[in-house]
Amino acid sequence: MAEKSGADILVECLIDLGVEVVFGYPGGAVLPIYDALFDHPKIRHVLVRHEQGATHMAEGYARSTGKPGVVLVTSGPGATNAVTGITDALMDSIPLVVLTGQVATQLIGTDAFQEADTIGITRHCTKHNYLVKDPAKLAGVIHEAFHIATTGRPGPVVVDIPKNVQVATAPYKKPEAFEHASYRPQIKADAQAIDMAVEMLAAAERPILYSGGGVINSGPEATRLLRELAEITGAPVTSTLMGLGAFPASSPQWLGMVGMHGTYESNWAMNQADLIVCIGARFDDRVTGRLDAFAPNSRKVHIDIDRSSINKTVEVDLPIVADVGSAMADMIALWKSRNHRKADLSAWWKRIDGWREKQSLAYPDSREEIMPQEAIAQLYKATRGAKDVIITTEVGQHQMWAAQHFGFDAPNKWLTSGGLGTMGYGFPAAIGAQIGNPDSLVICVAGDASVQMNIQEMGTASQYRTPVKLFILNNEYMGMVRQWQELTYESRYSNSYSDSLPDFVKLAEAYGWTGIRIEGPQELEAGIRQMIDTPGPVMVDCRVAKLSNCFPMIPSGAAHTDMLLDPSQVSGSLSDEAKALV
Amino acid sequence: MHIQEELTERHVLSLTVANEAGILARIAGLFTARGYNIDSLTVADITTDHAISRITIVTSGPPKVIDQIIAQLERLVPVHKVTDLTEAGPFVERELALVKVAGTGEDRIEALRLADVFRAKVVDTTIGSFIFEITGTTDKIDNFVALMRQIGLVEVGRTGVVGLTRGKDSA
Repeated sequence: MAEKSGADILVECLIDLGVEVVFGYPGGAVLPIYDALFDHPKIRHVLVRHEQGATHMAEGYARSTGKPGVVLVTSGPGATNAVTGITDALMDSIPLVVLTGQVATQLIGTDAFQEADTIGITRHCTKHNYLVKDPAKLAGVIHEAFHIATTGRPGPVVVDIPKNVQVATAPYKKPEAFEHASYRPQIKADAQAIDMAVEMLAAAERPILYSGGGVINSGPEATRLLRELAEITGAPVTSTLMGLGAFPASSPQWLGMVGMHGTYESNWAMNQADLIVCIGARFDDRVTGRLDAFAPNSRKVHIDIDRSSINKTVEVDLPIVADVGSAMADMIALWKSRNHRKADLSAWWKRIDGWREKQSLAYPDSREEIMPQEAIAQLYKATRGAKDVIITTEVGQHQMWAAQHFGFDAPNKWLTSGGLGTMGYGFPAAIGAQIGNPDSLVICVAGDASVQMNIQEMGTASQYRTPVKLFILNNEYMGMVRQWQELTYESRYSNSYSDSLPDFVKLAEAYGWTGIRIEGPQELEAGIRQMIDTPGPVMVDCRVAKLSNCFPMIPSGAAHTDMLLDPSQVSGSLSDEAKALV
Repeated sequence: MHIQEELTERHVLSLTVANEAGILARIAGLFTARGYNIDSLTVADITTDHAISRITIVTSGPPKVIDQIIAQLERLVPVHKVTDLTEAGPFVERELALVKVAGTGEDRIEALRLADVFRAKVVDTTIGSFIFEITGTTDKIDNFVALMRQIGLVEVGRTGVVGLTRGKDSA
């Protein structure tokens, strides 16, 4: 058999695996791979400006298309720069395959130029990682890496490839389908557990479906099944930040997001429910609030493909280890075969309607300043009925306002950094999403502080003519930090003011973008319209009320029933116990 | 504000894993990253083709944490199986120690007498010292070492615990 170089084997594998786009940055230890890519026009390489940008672009691409994101970076600083994005993908279960160059095998351990212990550094921020020391093993590892990244609970996989392995040759044959010796995610749920879950749902008087990012990861069928499960049971539905879009925000059964900045009705419904069915979510601390007061009188069913998510923070009554799509299909089939009817939940819905009357997402009106919530509401209004819209966010107040005031009716349209809370995620994620969905309207909702964390990727958007819209809610603060300082540290605003901001309009022009400034409520609607109608990348500097806070809010260490609805409830200080919580 | 500690229990976990580079770091690192305890850890390959290793970990934590440790270990790609020997039924656990003791006269005779009681073997001797080899449970070795300390303990080397379930079946 004719032998190929490791670099050629790698590129062949990527083509065999259907990879269309690689986000990367060249360097000494990946030059052989870049040379191999030069001959393979089938794979599109997107040249980023910083390796962290590549990882977030790959995440945005993956989350919006359902395909794995692929990253190619060099050794040493290339790999270490990618670590934040890799960790982000691990926390949010995003399938990534990150290919890192490494110094030649005989140089490993000698503190060679641009050497870093990539495998050691990424061991605990990947689902799995590999160092390939033999080109004959490369094809098997690459195929296995994609299998592991995309199946079970998805996540990032790093493959570290020394430079001499890229140059050395070996025979290449496309690997056969294989069964992994030890890695076998459980897809199908235990039938007895499904039976119990169905009977618990049928008997519940105050049920709630609490869904998460796992429903979106499971695929479009799971999203459809969630809608069907809600339909046949009549139960209210809430979701985590990561799960937005799996259930339509326009449905009357939708309660809004749950958790720290979730709606009043959804948090009260979680607190008062007699049955919580958790579907692909993980009882994160941002969802539960104070653990000992979380949903005290409910029985809990937890469906998750990752057994370690079950009973990690909240003890559940019925664990179901399975793919959520498969488990919901089984539940629906059993429900129907038993002729279960929608229970009479009118008393429960009456209570929910009472909580809804609080209108917890209401915000004060202003004629002088743009309320940030109003900016999101207007953005939502302007893009409704438009072509396919994908929203990404950075991390902070603007992220929560976007989650609260933008309605998502379909999955894979909301890309945000939930678990790791990575400032600098949203803008590159938007570029990645745009590359995967060239005809969609991709908008990154950003804050003035977080947009600066990967602002260098403006060059990438210019180079590839990705018409992303960067909508900055500019309040000249790290707003969420400032809000916590107001709540917890008596408004001692230590280092949360964004001094020396760039002129975002001039910055846009410097990169060949269009820059728009929106300065008052009367300019808001037209400014947003102009942003949408302008071809090519657009940066909008939307000047919003500087001291707005994100409500409702469950302060750290508080129960769902202790929500703050508006600024009048803020005391300005918290106990040491509450201060010590994240 | 003070930080509260929870009550812990001791568990012996037995893992079979792919014998590949970095597997020990992956497992040890999981314990440090998630704040779990390792009281002892042993590892050696156990199949003729050297493909599989058995790792025995003695850990301690509240029951909920032990469950979580097992779930996290099972999640690692190269881990084939995790058995909680403490929960799985009766099991045998053994540890080996080498115990160096120095002394003369009556101390020397007493050391030999105690070694006999504990069924420890002399594996090295000089006019003024012995090295004893002792196997047994962690408690037994602790006791032996404590007695030798009173006589003239010089140093100790211990392997950590290995364990298997009792009976004819594999765990």
